[in-house]
Amino acid sequence: MDQGLSSQQATQNVPLPKPPSADDDSTALGKTEEKVFYATQWQLMWWKFRKHKVAMVSAVVIIFMYICAIFAPFIAPYAPTERHRGFLYVPPQKVRFWDENGFSLRPFVYPIEQEIDIMTMQRKYIEDTSKRLPVKFFVRGSSYKLLGLFECDIHLFGVEDGKVFLFGTDNMGRDLFTRVLYGAQISMSIGLVGVFLSLLLGLVFGGISGYYGGAVDNAIQRIIEVLRSFPTIPLWMALGAALPPELSPVGVYMGITIILSLIGWTALGRQVRGKVLALKNEDFVIAARLAGTSEPRIIMTHLIPSFMSHIIASLTLSIPSMILAETSLSFLGIGLRPPVVSWGVMLQQAQNVNTLMMAPWLLIPGVFVVVYVLAFNFLGDGLRDAADPYGV
Amino acid sequence: MPQMPEDTVLQVTNLKKYFPIESGFLRRKVVGNVRAVDGVSFYIKKGRTLGLVGESGCGKTTVARTILRAIDPTEGSILFRTRDGIVDMATLDNEGLKKARTEIQMVFQDPYSSLNPRMPIMDIIAEPLRAHGYSRKDQEERVKELLELVGLRAEYARRYPHSFSGGQRQRIGIARALALNPSVVVADEPVSALDVSVQAQVLNLLLDLQEQMGLTYLFISHDLSVVRYLCDRVAVMYLGRIVELADVDILYGQPRHPYTSTLLSSVPDADPRSAWHAKAIKGEITGPPREVRGCAFAPRCPYAVGICKSTAPELRSISTDESVTHEVACHLAEELELEGVS
Amino acid sequence: MDTMTEGNILEVRDLTVRFMMNEGTVHAVNGVTFSLPEGKSIGIVGESGCGKTVSAYSVTQLLPKTARVSGQILFREKEGTITDIAKLPVDGKEIRRIRGQEISMIFQEPMSSLSPVHTVFNQLAEAMILFQGMTKKQARERCVELLKLVGIENAERRVDEYPFQFSGGMRQRAMIAMALARNPRILIADEPTTALDVTLQAQVLSLIQEMQDEFKLSMILITHALGVVAHMVDYIHIMYLGRVVESGPTLEIFENPKHPYTRGLLNSIPKLHGKRGQRVSSIPGAVPSAYSLPEGCVFRARCSERRSACMYEIPRRIQVGSEHYVSCCLYDGEEDQYAANA
Ligand SMILES: Nc1ncnc2c1ncn2[C@@H]1O[C@H](COP(=O)(O)OP(=O)(O)OP(=O)(O)O)[C@@H](O)[C@H]1O
Ligand SMILES: Nc1ncnc2c1ncn2[C@@H]1O[C@H](COP(=O)(O)OP(=O)(O)OP(=O)(O)O)[C@@H](O)[C@H]1O
Ligand SMILES: [Mg+2]
Ligand SMILES: [Mg+2]
Repeated sequence: MDQGLSSQQATQNVPLPKPPSADDDSTALGKTEEKVFYATQWQLMWWKFRKHKVAMVSAVVIIFMYICAIFAPFIAPYAPTERHRGFLYVPPQKVRFWDENGFSLRPFVYPIEQEIDIMTMQRKYIEDTSKRLPVKFFVRGSSYKLLGLFECDIHLFGVEDGKVFLFGTDNMGRDLFTRVLYGAQISMSIGLVGVFLSLLLGLVFGGISGYYGGAVDNAIQRIIEVLRSFPTIPLWMALGAALPPELSPVGVYMGITIILSLIGWTALGRQVRGKVLALKNEDFVIAARLAGTSEPRIIMTHLIPSFMSHIIASLTLSIPSMILAETSLSFLGIGLRPPVVSWGVMLQQAQNVNTLMMAPWLLIPGVFVVVYVLAFNFLGDGLRDAADPYGV
Repeated sequence: MPQMPEDTVLQVTNLKKYFPIESGFLRRKVVGNVRAVDGVSFYIKKGRTLGLVGESGCGKTTVARTILRAIDPTEGSILFRTRDGIVDMATLDNEGLKKARTEIQMVFQDPYSSLNPRMPIMDIIAEPLRAHGYSRKDQEERVKELLELVGLRAEYARRYPHSFSGGQRQRIGIARALALNPSVVVADEPVSALDVSVQAQVLNLLLDLQEQMGLTYLFISHDLSVVRYLCDRVAVMYLGRIVELADVDILYGQPRHPYTSTLLSSVPDADPRSAWHAKAIKGEITGPPREVRGCAFAPRCPYAVGICKSTAPELRSISTDESVTHEVACHLAEELELEGVS
Repeated sequence: MDTMTEGNILEVRDLTVRFMMNEGTVHAVNGVTFSLPEGKSIGIVGESGCGKTVSAYSVTQLLPKTARVSGQILFREKEGTITDIAKLPVDGKEIRRIRGQEISMIFQEPMSSLSPVHTVFNQLAEAMILFQGMTKKQARERCVELLKLVGIENAERRVDEYPFQFSGGMRQRAMIAMALARNPRILIADEPTTALDVTLQAQVLSLIQEMQDEFKLSMILITHALGVVAHMVDYIHIMYLGRVVESGPTLEIFENPKHPYTRGLLNSIPKLHGKRGQRVSSIPGAVPSAYSLPEGCVFRARCSERRSACMYEIPRRIQVGSEHYVSCCLYDGEEDQYAANA
């Protein structure tokens, strides 16, 4: 790597003949090598992470999904609870650029009409191909508060005098596309909030356990073991059922997150404890103590930075389990309840076989759950590989 | 106030460190002790170097760490002469320790784990300075000075440890130890992890620093040939105890403990003509015993007799000359004819 | 048909090993040539990372898949035919036969090559039953015999224990026993004693020496300690950054070293009979990274006798004695001189 001959080294030894200047390897260091010498942990991690193509793509997907969720009211053409009379169980509509009448730069849909099949008493929707309904951008519609602040009634797209249901509608005639977007807000934030709570709990209890050891450690470890030995689904069900029924939807939401993280922190707590235990006796921590650095500062400047990258990686990997838990709970009917919209709540409606046969598009929220979970898993994998830039 | 001779800076008396062995599920009980260090005594004079030699697991690192109170001793006193008088490291409170540690510091064995990879060299070396209230500017100046002192370029201060080789890292560790101008440096195998050609660089640096700054060293090593270049007196440890302590040339020339002699003859000399016939002794160190009966070396000792198995020998002086140190813990010290090296 | 010099059992010619990594190409071994005369022992010596282990592993094709190997590895079979190991299919029957019966290895870290879930007997007996067609009872007798041979007491009982029940030194002995169990013709020992204490090192080295005599093995001993090879081998090859810079008979290398690196290395070894305060001469700088090899002579940045020619010329292998070769441009003219004298 580096072979800078310092003045002292040179004088200790046989005097070196002055080398021809081009031969001095220490000055001929490559730019990239030079850059690596000054790189912080996070830079090294970023360089390593960048090489992980799948993880990079996943990161982009995740960021895109969150942006969509944040701007859901703007992107969605309708309000999540808005019922469209006469449009129950509409299948996803096709957005077209051309038909037999030729090409149109502006995308359009056909208006749909309901027809009841007398024989089977089933609804059918017929596209009226004689008329094009152009999809317009930045149209005015129902009003909402963007980011909870600005009153606004502009929507990304919509059709005038007609309807557009990209993902179809459900049993009450609500637009599925709109609801998937609004559901993302709840489902995708519950993972983050839950993981954040677990992180706090895990850091505090794991940290205390590892740092102080002894009886405290013992007690915390036993608690963790007990918590981990419960089968999760029945435990969730019990806790979910214990939430007072008169709780507001927001209250239920908070309750569910707390339940998820109360159980979820244990794995993290163990990890933190392990890292702290290992680091506590690491030579550089002892050196810091001998240097006179105070214990809180050792924790802040040596311990936490040393395992933070690992923790972030494993947090990323645990977000999917949070959202899966939420989905399962809501699916079982003991998690979030209507009128709150989450992917789990939406999937609950797709529970019975009949509806599924009739309206398979109700499973679309499940697709998003899968994409989200996979993306986080790939991202977590990439982060985990990059987490220790100093290892071999 | 505790007393010790005028020119002595560090005096360790009857130092013991037992690590409890615990077992039990909910309530842990101590079922025994690992006697890592079991009654070690020595002193070091100002500007001198004491070598502490022994095989792996004999308690060298434990001695070093207890002296600095990185771990608490079980028993014993560690008298240390500071600028404001003599203190006993074994009983100091945190405040006192922080102050005493400005004058006694440590260099670690592993050049990789002893530097936090997430900190630039500047912050690593400046850590003791910062903790003792130096201003940012003073810190920077002092770090530059220190880097030059240990033979590194001042521009390296902004780099991270991963850009340095093992030898350079060890120099950085030395710079950190010297930051507050200590009088005593405890060096725990500072060159064991280095390649031969680099090892010599660090050894020479330690010698230079001692000459320039009048440092006192406790130099720990498992390599007898390295010790010879650095130390005035050498203590040989076996399973937590010192078995022989003598002036360097006496220890090498006329060892009086069978273990010392074995160690010396085991080192393969880099000279194909010299007759290296390893007088291979039997057995190996199996870790410190939980209880001691007799001499710990007796099971491997080719000369062991009845008394060796029943009574533990005390470390006693066998020197006839006041000015020469030679202490041995062996019942047969006077009788054995042991081989040394010239 | 490949040809080999009469009397050699193994010839490695122009061996090159690269590792293709995300970060770039690691030039681990760059054109290494050495030969092993039947019944003799050679030592491969060099500092950490110079490619000793990689060279040894390529002889038995033990390198990971990321490795790109080129060059010739000629092996003379018992019947006299010559096999080029480098050309054998990976994990084919041939190479497994060679690994199983012809070339045995002793590794630096015994625990990593002994399986923790099988008893020592199972591991030792595997080769005997598989390749030598012994019955289980015969194999057992032979195992006990071998363990006794390598100095393990209570061999009848210990043969049924697991490796973790053995101490470090005993594991290393068990490894040696395992290597010998296959009745190999070549023994490759990769730093067999680096992890051991001096007294144990002495035991293990003398054991290897005895075994080599007893079984008439040809041996490659890999180490970074010149002191060890001085007493163990007939020929020495000095490696630096993936190249053999000097090779010759042991005595010749120690008494008449030619390459500046060899001389530096010899001078930087601390001696048991050194003097307090004396400076050991060292080689300045550190070994460059194997990622970006410097052009020309790889040692030039640390060389005290470098010339401008060293910058762009990869030094040739020059014969300076009857079996003494050096790769250094300082000796450019001496080949003719040697030839003229001869
Ligand atoms: N925290 C601890 N708990 C229990 N036993 C310990 C602890 N630290 C050290 N020991 C034991 O004390 C003995 C002495 O260890 P120490 O690290 O001091 O040896 P050492 O002489 O420095 O060895 P080495 O040459 O391998 O560094 C060893 O047997 C070790 O297993
Ligand atoms: N599997 C691998 N992948 C990538 N690089 C490797 C691999 N194995 C070895 N190397 C590199 O090849 C070079 C030579 O390694 P090798 O293990 O042969 O060194 P060595 O001489 O045996 O050193 P040591 O004395 O430390 O054992 C080193 O730079 C090492 O980092
Ligand atoms: Mg130690
Ligand atoms: Mg190796």
